[in-house]
Amino acid sequence: MARYLAGRIAGLVLILFTVCLFTYLIFFKLSPDPALLICGKTCTPERVTEIRTVLGIDKPFLTQFWDFLSGLIAGRDYGSGANSVHCPAPCLGYSFQTSQSVWEMVVDRLPVSATVAIGAAVLWLLAGITAGLLSAVKEGTWWDRSVMNLALGGASIPNYVLALALQYVLVVKLRILPFPSSVTFTDDPVLWFQSYLMPWIVLATGYACLYARLTRANVIDTLAENFMRTARSKGLSPVLTMRRHALRPALTPVTTIFGMDFAALLGGALITETVFGLDGVGKMAADSIAKNDQPVIMAVTLLAAFFVVVGNVLVDLLYTGLDPRVRIR
Amino acid sequence: MNELLAVQNLTVTLPTTRGPVDVVKDVSFTVGRDETVGIVGESGSGKSMTSLAIMGLLPRGAMTKGSIRLDGAELLHRTDREMRRIRGEQASMIFQDPLSSLNPYYTVGLQIEEMYRAHRGGSRKAARKAVVEALRQVGIPEPQERAGHYPHQFSGGQRQRIMIAMALVCSPALLIADEPTTALDVTVQAQILRLLADLQRQTHTGMVFITHDLAVIGSIATRVLVMCEGQQVEYGTAEQVFSAPRHAYTRRLLESIPRITDDLPADEVVL
Repeated sequence: MARYLAGRIAGLVLILFTVCLFTYLIFFKLSPDPALLICGKTCTPERVTEIRTVLGIDKPFLTQFWDFLSGLIAGRDYGSGANSVHCPAPCLGYSFQTSQSVWEMVVDRLPVSATVAIGAAVLWLLAGITAGLLSAVKEGTWWDRSVMNLALGGASIPNYVLALALQYVLVVKLRILPFPSSVTFTDDPVLWFQSYLMPWIVLATGYACLYARLTRANVIDTLAENFMRTARSKGLSPVLTMRRHALRPALTPVTTIFGMDFAALLGGALITETVFGLDGVGKMAADSIAKNDQPVIMAVTLLAAFFVVVGNVLVDLLYTGLDPRVRIR
Repeated sequence: MNELLAVQNLTVTLPTTRGPVDVVKDVSFTVGRDETVGIVGESGSGKSMTSLAIMGLLPRGAMTKGSIRLDGAELLHRTDREMRRIRGEQASMIFQDPLSSLNPYYTVGLQIEEMYRAHRGGSRKAARKAVVEALRQVGIPEPQERAGHYPHQFSGGQRQRIMIAMALVCSPALLIADEPTTALDVTVQAQILRLLADLQRQTHTGMVFITHDLAVIGSIATRVLVMCEGQQVEYGTAEQVFSAPRHAYTRRLLESIPRITDDLPADEVVL
């Protein structure tokens, strides 16, 4: 177990390093000179050179990359002498746009993304698994066919279309909900809930539809298993047969996929957050890409990779508890 | 009345896309207490459908005619609730592939225990005791400990022993064994057959033994029913069927058993 974990963590570090390297490389080679971006209107060549020195982007690529990595782990100083700025670990640099610490920006916005992700996950698991289960049990009936067609339709509606349609109907026409605003739960729980409700629904719809189809397929496969015939031949009640013998084998693979989907969402729901103006990691990513804010782009890329990789390891660990055939040596 | 199971003029009809098909046609046989009746036939001959009809486990939409009496009580056209009480309690079944017939997610102890408790109720402790005893009876070493293991941690022969332990834990009057040795290698097959015969002697269970292997039937059954395309082509004591088959199909089946003493035609000797 300890050896397994050590191996997985080593792999995790390697993947994150590779992600860093490639992201850095892309922006080093492709992005316009950030010094010019920062310099602004009253710009002199001397000032540009100065900014480059402070940022360290006058150095060769490998040196820069090394500075970035060591900053991430141990913190770093920008500039030298009296004007130097110390960036404590984990240092992700400062936004070219707002000069804010990128780490602080991430820490600020992560709770918003997490709220969006958790709420949506609860919704889609409830709706998707319930619909899938009922469809599987009623396989071939009108209920099954309508749910599956609905799920296909739901999965094919783009997020932003659904978001705009919902806003138009619920906020503009029916005035049931206020326009989403950034409030915290402690400020105003009702408004908080109302603000997040639409993002949750929008984000959950696509996933719920996929999960309904996935659950249905898994349950139908499980019901055809030989051990289900054994369970029936033992004279067990239909409820026990279903709950104990069918559900666990059918839902275990769903757990795997859920772990990865959820982890990916923690890295920010770009479209949903942007459409609803929620200040989460996803919106931060969209903004930073639009403005070529390199340190922020690096941060959101790394964050997303981090969640996906860690999520994967967690799912694997969880799996050993869920499926007795999987054991870690 | 000495008959445990009496199947009379059983016809099973399954709906298919090309209309209803009779998968079992007018089959009749009886099984006495303590007796083993073999049902032989090739794949698709209706052997398994006959056994599923007895258990009330036919696929949805299947229609039945005739009569199946267990201990004098009619089994056909019962509600599922009534059949549940019979399944496992009065009639049990073991299947061809023990690995896929056991749920991989639960310990074998739990899978036997849940059956015991479904019929007998009682505390988990009492059920545990019955489980360990059942495992001991089928020759699983260290049954106390092994009850906590999962199906994949057993060998093929042991898994079939576990299936047998499960089937017999409520001491049913009838055991249906649907090709129980087909997935096993020959030495293990012999062990399982011996175990079934021993257990039958101890527990006085009537047994329906389904197989496509005539050699196996010869060693275990007192009476034999030969089926072909859903029809009963021959029914009699094992001796009658083996020594004086009346039907051409049975003769062909018997001829298909390879014998070590057979003289090979000269042109087929490859060694």
